[in-house]
Amino acid sequence: MRNIAAFIVGSLFGAGLLISGMTDTEKVQGWLDIFGDWDPTLAFVMGGAIIPMAIAWRFTQGRIPALGGQFPTQPDPSIGRKLIIGSVMFGAGWGLVGLCPGPALASISFGGIGGFVFLLAMLAGMFIAPPIREKLDRI
Amino acid sequence: MNQDWLMGLIGGGIIGTAAAIFLLINGKVMGASGLTGGLVDRSGIDTWKERVSWLAGLIIFPAILTVIYGIKPTNITTNIPLIIVAGLLVGVGTRLANGCTSGHGVCGISRLSLRGIASTVFYIGAGGVTMIIFKHILGII
Repeated sequence: MRNIAAFIVGSLFGAGLLISGMTDTEKVQGWLDIFGDWDPTLAFVMGGAIIPMAIAWRFTQGRIPALGGQFPTQPDPSIGRKLIIGSVMFGAGWGLVGLCPGPALASISFGGIGGFVFLLAMLAGMFIAPPIREKLDRI
Repeated sequence: MNQDWLMGLIGGGIIGTAAAIFLLINGKVMGASGLTGGLVDRSGIDTWKERVSWLAGLIIFPAILTVIYGIKPTNITTNIPLIIVAGLLVGVGTRLANGCTSGHGVCGISRLSLRGIASTVFYIGAGGVTMIIFKHILGII
């Protein structure tokens, strides 16, 4: 049951990314390019996505997930260097090519060789991240 | 072109609905980098079936949609070295930050998580600065 739900959720996520235009790197780079021909689409996508999620978070109060277990707790609110360094690295890569993890996966069937290389590089980055994280923890 | 914002809003609503279902049914945060990264570094191997099912939907359903409705070009650059650098930065960065646009952006901001908001400010800021340097100053992208 969990897996069927996860498959449907992944499918919806992919459809949403495709419909919203977020698999188009030019739209994403257009949003980040405030000194160029600025494209506000991404703000509408974020706004549209945050509204149902904000309602869902409210609904979790005093309840448990439909398939059992516990809802995720509010994480430690501290903003450490891993969060800042990681976010800046991610943002730089996102700007350079215009793909983030969700759209990179959703567009793999039609993104051509470039999309495929990006996904491989991203997975390689995820693979080498844990030792880098440990190094940052020790500093 | 004029309808882009509307398609963005509708598509965004579908993305948020997907994340809401994952939260309310499965009890999990739908973050693309976390769900994928947990498989890559094996930290989330206990829940691999759920993760692989989610990935299968995310990859297969858009493929079906493009077969039916035609391909929406990704317009990705042809500069392969640039793609490799960007992919590595996104992979390492999202795992260090513990989230990306879906996890920190959609799921974090919607619960007013300080980390989610901070991360989003930093990655959008870094993306904007990257555009200024690499597009307007260096002319690489």
